[in-house]
Amino acid sequence: MIMSPETPAGDIVTAPPVYELSHVGKTYARNRVIALQDVSFTLRKGSFSSVIGSSGCGKSTLLKIMAGLIPPSTGRVVLQHKPVTGTRRDIGMMFQQATLFPWHTTIENIVLPIKIRDGRAAGQKAKFKARELLEIVGLKGFEDVYPNELSGGMAQRASICRMLITEPAVLLLDEPFSALDELSRDMMNMELQRICSTQNATAFLVTHSIQEAVILSDHVYVMAPRPGRLAEIVTIDLPRPRTLDMMTTPQFGAQVDYIRGLLDKGADL
Amino acid sequence: MTDATAQSAPSTEPETIWTEKVSFIDSVPRGISMLFVFAVFVASWQLSTSLGLVSPIILPSPAETLSDLIFVGKNLISGGYMLGALWITVKEVIFGFALAIFIGLSLGVLVGETAFGERAIMPYLVAIDTMPKVAFAPLFVAWLGFGIESKVALAAFIATFPIVVGTAAGLHAADENSRMLFKTMGATRLQTLFSMKLPKGLPQIFTGLKIGAVGVMAGAITGEFLGGGAGFGELIRVAASQLNTPRVFSLILYLSLLGLSLYALVSYTQRRVVFWHTERVGGDNA
Repeated sequence: MIMSPETPAGDIVTAPPVYELSHVGKTYARNRVIALQDVSFTLRKGSFSSVIGSSGCGKSTLLKIMAGLIPPSTGRVVLQHKPVTGTRRDIGMMFQQATLFPWHTTIENIVLPIKIRDGRAAGQKAKFKARELLEIVGLKGFEDVYPNELSGGMAQRASICRMLITEPAVLLLDEPFSALDELSRDMMNMELQRICSTQNATAFLVTHSIQEAVILSDHVYVMAPRPGRLAEIVTIDLPRPRTLDMMTTPQFGAQVDYIRGLLDKGADL
Repeated sequence: MTDATAQSAPSTEPETIWTEKVSFIDSVPRGISMLFVFAVFVASWQLSTSLGLVSPIILPSPAETLSDLIFVGKNLISGGYMLGALWITVKEVIFGFALAIFIGLSLGVLVGETAFGERAIMPYLVAIDTMPKVAFAPLFVAWLGFGIESKVALAAFIATFPIVVGTAAGLHAADENSRMLFKTMGATRLQTLFSMKLPKGLPQIFTGLKIGAVGVMAGAITGEFLGGGAGFGELIRVAASQLNTPRVFSLILYLSLLGLSLYALVSYTQRRVVFWHTERVGGDNA
């Protein structure tokens, strides 16, 4: 189960690398805290990876570096053969809150990234594609509804559309469904899997839930705190497509237990 | 009713219908409550004047005040000299408010958006804000004369600060995720300001505008008290100096209508512009 970052297993082993991190580290100058130390891995096209770890393990720092929101102190981040030196169009991001803007209708919220980058006219043109995306996530008919009238799950579906509208090469998901109730959360996770496989998207999920990480991922990156670093990469060999039923299988249980063991060990390292 | 219940479910006990007890004071409708307070107010007013508790020069009777209210109202409607005075005050208020909005929003954006503004300009604004602004009235008269300009300046001067504070607070209201989202979209600073931060801050900005709308009235009238002119404030000053207390009362009432309409205008604009934000303070949806 223990794999080195360079040799991912499964049917994605031959897929081209999309995202490459080598020896990435981050030290905050203000208090000399090492938030992240020597993280290296490769995400391949169409793969789904999760990062899990207790708070203070540098998950969010890692995600912000990958998104180009903050610069790393050391190391290199390369996305589609070009180093990441700031936010980019081919990076899609999603947060715990839907972060839809209440003064825009659902469809206006979705085309906002296009409007910001390419202007109003391009935003108008993108509405056609936005309608297609809304249909994929099951929000057909809610185009002209204001976000106030959407439920939490619907709002997150809309924010998935907003992330996908720019056709990003990688999806960075920062605990996207942790604000939802457990039933909606499971459903949204299956939905996410379906969307990712139809779009052949490369996804990177930050989560607190071991179950969520295991059911969705090809690889789970287990991180340890103080200093934040990669403890182990666990390959999940459950068959695809994954279903919620798999959560009751012994194989699933074993992998959850294994990761929980790693996290417990990480706490007193 | 009982028959139907008995037929459909004969074995169960009869339905218990209970209603939540609301105490009497909470159950009085709004109109009646307001009317009651008004009646108590007028009755005690009438009582204190007819019992001779206060001199009629200090406090006229409600009847006297009402007849003067009608007199002033007739003069206003027929386009008399009072309407001319009111128009001058209205102009001062409108120009003063427009000026305050322009300066307030500009300074608010400078202070709320740039580190320079926050470090270099905010301390001075706070220092000026703590001064009693009415005390600047003689200076404005000296600089701008006895005309409408000095009143506009004082009105704008008083109303600007709440708008600056509201705008700066509004710009700080944007949450971390929204900022990150705009950053990942590659938005420029101006795009972030106009497409996200300003709309997000509109509730706070409108709070500033409402406080400013109250201040602008106070500024215009104070300016007229201290700097002469031909506005409504001057009418009040003259009436007071002639011990014509009923006139002072009715002029103040009409003036309050002006202030009320300005406030209502801002409130109405807020509801139209910030349609997504339901306000719970201020009794708007009581």
